[in-house]
Amino acid sequence: MIETHNLSLNYDGSTDVVHELTLTVIAGQITALVGPNGCGKSTLLRGLSRLLKPARGVVCLDGRDIHAMGAKDLARRLGILPQGPTAPEGLTVHELVAQGRYPHQSWFQQWSAHDEQIVAQALIQTNLSLLADRPVDTLSGGQRQRAWIAMALAQQTDVLLLDEPTTYLDLAHQIDVLDLLTELNDQGRTIIMVLHDLNQAARYADMIVALRGGQIVAQGAPQNVITCDIIRQVFGLDAQVIVDPVAGTPMCVPIGRRAARVRQAAVN
Amino acid sequence: MSVQANQIARNPTRLLGRRSLLLPGLAVSIALLGVMLILGMMVGAADIEPAVVFDALFHYDETVFNHLIIQTVRLPQVLAGMIVGAALAVAGAIMQGLTRNPLADSGLLGINAGAAFAVVLTVYLVGAASLTVYSIAALIGAAAGAVFVYVIGMLGGGATPLRLTLAGVILTAFMSALTTAILIQDQETLEQIRFWTAGSLVGRDFSIIAQTAPLIVIGLIGALLISRQITTISLGDDVAKGLGQNTVAIKIAAALMVVLLAGGAVALAGPIGFVGLVIPHIARFVVGVDYRWVIPYSAVFGAILVILADIGARIIMRPQVLPVGIMMALVGAPFFIYLARWKVRR
Repeated sequence: MIETHNLSLNYDGSTDVVHELTLTVIAGQITALVGPNGCGKSTLLRGLSRLLKPARGVVCLDGRDIHAMGAKDLARRLGILPQGPTAPEGLTVHELVAQGRYPHQSWFQQWSAHDEQIVAQALIQTNLSLLADRPVDTLSGGQRQRAWIAMALAQQTDVLLLDEPTTYLDLAHQIDVLDLLTELNDQGRTIIMVLHDLNQAARYADMIVALRGGQIVAQGAPQNVITCDIIRQVFGLDAQVIVDPVAGTPMCVPIGRRAARVRQAAVN
Repeated sequence: MSVQANQIARNPTRLLGRRSLLLPGLAVSIALLGVMLILGMMVGAADIEPAVVFDALFHYDETVFNHLIIQTVRLPQVLAGMIVGAALAVAGAIMQGLTRNPLADSGLLGINAGAAFAVVLTVYLVGAASLTVYSIAALIGAAAGAVFVYVIGMLGGGATPLRLTLAGVILTAFMSALTTAILIQDQETLEQIRFWTAGSLVGRDFSIIAQTAPLIVIGLIGALLISRQITTISLGDDVAKGLGQNTVAIKIAAALMVVLLAGGAVALAGPIGFVGLVIPHIARFVVGVDYRWVIPYSAVFGAILVILADIGARIIMRPQVLPVGIMMALVGAPFFIYLARWKVRR
């Protein structure tokens, strides 16, 4: 379980990007952080993972302050995939995934058959075994994202944080990545991710946390968060919410000026 | 099953695609370095037969003129070339891995120029001081150059490859101008180190090598010790931190190694550019991006390149001898254009 208490985050002491935020993420669930650009959702993710030190407040993993834990100790429990990571030119998929074993290694314990087995498993799970010796920079966007997820899998953490794992991917690959994350969740991993697409968040998340101005506006199950009122409050956008015909989850249909004008003209 | 497949499969993007080839490849490279060392002792104002080179090394007779040449001139010269080449190449490899910048090189980023200026300034102020003083000056100059370029490069946002390179170019131009100003002012200093400021292995005797080699050896060992960490940090700061790496500690350790290597190399042979730029690219082309292999291969390749360039510098205008730094610039400048054109992510 990950909790924050009155967590404030900022960059180099400027104004708070996340302000006195208290949040409890339930273990074993998929949690999606949503909100407009600059609302602090990526910053919050960085704070949850120790990429950013809190200005005030604490982040706890299973009751322990993550900043009181050793760096490798935390990295064995919590993995993070930053947004749009780039691999050095020529690094193979296998080499990238093997880096996931970093927190499990030390001077005394170098690469072992056990590490190799876990890397092979991560490759199978992400369906990349046949591409293991291909350089990451020669893969398609979807394959590349799967390779990074495989690295995080080899880290063998209970918690996985992802910052917009579907950006820059075409629709089919977006769904592919989200389905993969669902499978990982089914195996018991806690997943926290920043998502831009509300409908994908509604479909794939157990809990949605909607942020604006560095604070939580609403949190809960998708049907409680994806409502006309909350969307107006969070995004300043008028929308209708209908039922997703495939999944039965709420689906946000923005109104926008063009459609409003057309509709107005029809009324007249 | 997949374990075996990975070991057998060949990676088409690198020369030594199989892991099992990496160690034999390194042995072959070291053997090639041995050949270069002998060749470097054979070639010069007057060529010397390989048999005489062997006799000079193992059955030294100080009454034989060629033995004297080998022992007092050419042996120190090739050894200095080997040490300097290894140091500059490894410094470049560390910098390229750490900054994810294909243009990183202690020459381009102003570290060599900083060290060189510090040495010239010391000679100007103190006159002919002990070798230790020069070495210390070179290390301080290298460190000051590194800090300056990093701070300027970071101004107004992140240190992108082009931003860092520009900061290095500015520092190099400024330092070279100051160095020239001192040398014009002071004829005596000019006579002492004119050749040295262009990067030269000529006249390096064993006392200078003994003074600087320990710095470089420590730098090389340190580089090997942090090589695995450099591979991880080359995935990016956030990823490395997420994997549990203390990136600040690694960066400080790496910067320290770069200062030891580049500062030591400049103290020994003056500022020689482009070795640290060219060699890591060749090493990665051969072995891939695992720095546990990139660093030892860079050391050996760098040593080979500088000895080769020095041989070229000795024969291209025979009997005149050019500074090896000028030969390196002839090789390095076209390579820089190639990198800037095709390899830099903006």
